[in-house]
Amino acid sequence: MIRSVMVMNTQGKPRLAKFYDFQPVEKQQELIRSVFGVLCSRAENVSNFLETDSIFGPDSRLVYKHYATLYFVLVFDSSENELAMLDLIQVFVETLDKCFKNVCELDLVFNYCKMHTIIDEIIFGGQVLETSSTEVMKAIEEISKLETASNSISLVPKSVSGWRTR
Amino acid sequence: MEQLKTIGRELAMGSQGGFGQSKEFLDLVKSIGEARSKAEEDRIVLHEIETLKRRIAEPDIPKRKMKEYIIRLVYVEMLGHDASFGYIHAVKMTHDDSLLLKRTGYLAVTLFLNEDHDLIILIVNTIQKDLRSDNYLVVCAALNAVCRLINEETIPAVLPQVVELLGHTKEGVRKKAIMALHRFYHKSPSSVSHLVSNFRKRLCDNDPGVMGATLCPLFDLISVDVNSYKDLVVSFVSILKQVAERRLPKGYDYHQMPAPFIQIRLLKILALLGSGDKLASESMYTVIGDIFRKCDSLSNIGNAVLYECICCVSSIYPNPKLLESAAEVISRFLKSDSHNLKYLGIDALGRLIKISPEIAEQHQLAVIDCLEDPDDTLKRKTFELLYKMTKSSNVEVIVNRMIDYMISINDNHFKTYIASRCVELAEQFAPSNHWFIQTMNKVFEHAGDLVNIKVAHNLMRLIAEGFGEDDDAADSQLRSSAVESYLLIIGEPKLPSVFLQVICWVLGEYGTADGKYSASYITGKLCDVAEAYSNDETVKVYAVTALMKIYAFEIAAGRKVDMLDECQSLVEELSASHSTDLQQRAYELQAVISLDARAVESIMPSDASCEDIEIDENLSFLNSYVQQALENGAQPYIPESERSGMLNISNFRSQDQLEVSMHGLRFEAYELPKPPVPSRIPPPLLAPSAELVPVSEPSYSRETHQVATVTSVSDAGSLELKLRLDGVQRKWGKPTYSSPASSTSNSSSQNTVNGTTQVDGAGNVNSKARTTYDSRRPQVEISPEKQKLAASLFGGPSQTEKRPTSASHKVAKASSHAAEKSQAPKAVVVSNEVTVEKTNHQPPPDLLDLGEPTVATSSAPLVDPFKQLEGLLDTTQVTSTVNHGAVGATESPDIISLYANTPASVQSSSAEISVPANKDDINVTSTLATQFTKGPNPKDALEKDALVRQLGVTPSSQNPNLFRDLLG
Repeated sequence: MIRSVMVMNTQGKPRLAKFYDFQPVEKQQELIRSVFGVLCSRAENVSNFLETDSIFGPDSRLVYKHYATLYFVLVFDSSENELAMLDLIQVFVETLDKCFKNVCELDLVFNYCKMHTIIDEIIFGGQVLETSSTEVMKAIEEISKLETASNSISLVPKSVSGWRTR
Repeated sequence: MEQLKTIGRELAMGSQGGFGQSKEFLDLVKSIGEARSKAEEDRIVLHEIETLKRRIAEPDIPKRKMKEYIIRLVYVEMLGHDASFGYIHAVKMTHDDSLLLKRTGYLAVTLFLNEDHDLIILIVNTIQKDLRSDNYLVVCAALNAVCRLINEETIPAVLPQVVELLGHTKEGVRKKAIMALHRFYHKSPSSVSHLVSNFRKRLCDNDPGVMGATLCPLFDLISVDVNSYKDLVVSFVSILKQVAERRLPKGYDYHQMPAPFIQIRLLKILALLGSGDKLASESMYTVIGDIFRKCDSLSNIGNAVLYECICCVSSIYPNPKLLESAAEVISRFLKSDSHNLKYLGIDALGRLIKISPEIAEQHQLAVIDCLEDPDDTLKRKTFELLYKMTKSSNVEVIVNRMIDYMISINDNHFKTYIASRCVELAEQFAPSNHWFIQTMNKVFEHAGDLVNIKVAHNLMRLIAEGFGEDDDAADSQLRSSAVESYLLIIGEPKLPSVFLQVICWVLGEYGTADGKYSASYITGKLCDVAEAYSNDETVKVYAVTALMKIYAFEIAAGRKVDMLDECQSLVEELSASHSTDLQQRAYELQAVISLDARAVESIMPSDASCEDIEIDENLSFLNSYVQQALENGAQPYIPESERSGMLNISNFRSQDQLEVSMHGLRFEAYELPKPPVPSRIPPPLLAPSAELVPVSEPSYSRETHQVATVTSVSDAGSLELKLRLDGVQRKWGKPTYSSPASSTSNSSSQNTVNGTTQVDGAGNVNSKARTTYDSRRPQVEISPEKQKLAASLFGGPSQTEKRPTSASHKVAKASSHAAEKSQAPKAVVVSNEVTVEKTNHQPPPDLLDLGEPTVATSSAPLVDPFKQLEGLLDTTQVTSTVNHGAVGATESPDIISLYANTPASVQSSSAEISVPANKDDINVTSTLATQFTKGPNPKDALEKDALVRQLGVTPSSQNPNLFRDLLG
């Protein structure tokens, strides 16, 4: 199962941290720091895999991918396939790209919520839910449509809407 | 420029509606982004927290504002600050009717709260309500929260709704419901045990996505209990076939691969189901072969599937054709430029060499390249591979490489790991005593404080006991070479404490044994150690004990003892030590020195650390004294059960009661290394002719059953107090002891001996493989250095024969044959712990008439720790002996109770029936056993099938023929 999804920038600032087993805030920070410590010491053109028993406990691997200023990191156990996980990162990034048109770090910072929505459509409770970015996009669009719909209803003050119907 | 971009984005954001944030938040993000130090960032965030605390408590906050506050809280917490003051507001938000707010609320609580948080109870009701909602998005949001927030206690509250959702019309909801159930299974398997049939049912869902989701929980279920799912093999194979034949809708393609994630899952499941099951494996061959052929090896995901195929092939009953394709793919991986593929190639190679060792040879140069690669991940994986292919012919090269690497890295975790591997390999395969000592020195020097203390004790014991062959000369040579090397090393600064303990102990025991060094020289060194490491009490204890031994030996030998001044002052200093232990030792030392030679000799016999000591538990020699005292009106003895807080003497023998022997009343004259060596007791008790207590700790393998072994050993000890020192054999190293599969301590390597039980067949495969492997030699033109390395790593044992090794040679020929032939069956026995009983009923099959005459195990129900390593080369009988603490299983009731939890069918008279181990990974059964275990299955399968039909799962119109043949 997948234990954690992290996105952090090349300075080590977390942009997204999702742990599928609960970790207290301090522990999360510690994990992010140690992952960043390992990642930034790795050269270019080496494998994208890491064995991280020392950080996450026994039977844990990590796959990361470096895009521009961001590291995308997945932590998982032996029941997953490393290459497949690498592709899952690809799916995630592709979806982000479709969603934000040429995604960059700032998009992620300002659309924190949406990023969570996307990752929730791809990974659910630590298992891979969907691997087609088109499908994920469809789901996301549906959600935002409904959200804006419900938004406009509830956010317009009652008196005003009442006034309108009259 | 950057700023312009930011502004542009802000503008864009403003028009985005739902995701728009206030200026304040944007400023916050920006200022954090521009913060130059962590301190500055912290300051900004703390300020933000203050603001939020104030704002969030205001009455009548508009909902949109509230949503933003919650998101800011999440953001703050992600940066590592406590946002718990706002949790309750996030909880409140989940109650909201608006989908947007509800989702935000759920997102926040799943990030904030753990499943045992007090606030959860406020959410459960909302979740229950939302699970019943008409809006499927609300349901999805609730399911998402269910995964994170529901704990074992609250599962029953939502379980009915989740189960109901399995029949939801939206496939997305069904999928998520299955995954939520899977999550419940993770948290508490018992809570959903009655729902397992639901997973089976959903396997036939109309929607392939739902079917794919079902594979995850099924994988977990199958890895726990393979046998109850054997009936599904056919279904899985047919699903895999359909997927591979592209009969899924196009939407499931990923990079032109048909549903690769589903394929990977299925292959993983098939690997579990086919392991050790010839029949099941045979049904998989075709489809796996197809995938090998069809798979696109250019894309990442295609290689992922190929890799999974190799894993599957190496796990199921071997098929030569598939192995060939697997080897082909591996060589493609290794030749690739991508480090990722190389990594997978090395990993796959490690899996495959257990079945066909000869394939490693063609890739030797690639392997060496990986070993020298700057990429750490790759390097580590390669070391793992080397570990798996170590044998006595290449152990020196491999261990030296490992040690070099160990020295070069800083990562303590991995250092420890490598150190323990080095020790393990050195013990198993050491070609010579000298090399062994040198290797251990290096390991201790560089990773001494990281290795398990037992390793040190073990080393001391090895040096003390020698290697069991009646070759005293070799033993004393070993000891003097150890002493010599330690005297060289002892001067170096900052040695690890554990290493110093070993050094002190060995110097004390054997420093003066060969007469090469004078007592004053050795004692001087020991005093230096005690002074240099004056903070380390344990080292001082060892040093002072060693001093006492040396002086005692001197006195016993009739020489006059001249105590060095520094020793004198050391002893004086220690006799005023705060540590009572040290103090006592100092006094004991002084007392011993003043005794005459005869007395000293009986207190401290030379080189007697391995002699065993009989303990007169009842202290019968005191009877007359007690009697006399009683007659004089003394109080009679009150049994310990009626007192408390007093020393339990009977515990004294037990090895685990170190505490007692350390801090309680001392009965021994001087300290010896803790677990492996028997404790001493005062001279009157020493009765060398009597039967002895076996104090043994069967090596230090880290398996749990070893622990059981230890206890059983001491139990058995009270029945039969005897340590056989005769017939004890070398602890290590037979040249042909080659396959990693035969190492006792590595159960993971055993289980994969492709699970065969076809004893002869597998044996043949192995031996054939080996011969071809050995006969070939490297012949690629490449830099001579590499070639040399390759030759030393992969070269056959023919090389070893030339090397003048010490005693390890004599066993070679006989056992090489034995080893090969019996490798497979042995792995079977070893891994399948339950088969102990087997030996007791079994008329020896042909495996048993191998080289070494069986040490009549059952007649001598004795623990022989050395057999542990030897055992693998011995007959099955011995192997089983080793596994189970070697105590004739039938004789000791304690041991039997250890196995009480295993299925009872072992008793069945047929020798071939082995009980499938409960552990998921090992399912080694003979053909007969397969049938035996598969017995009830056909019926089972039919029932299940009927049930499935009854439930009216019919192929959908969307995919008319997708699952038709599955059920047909």
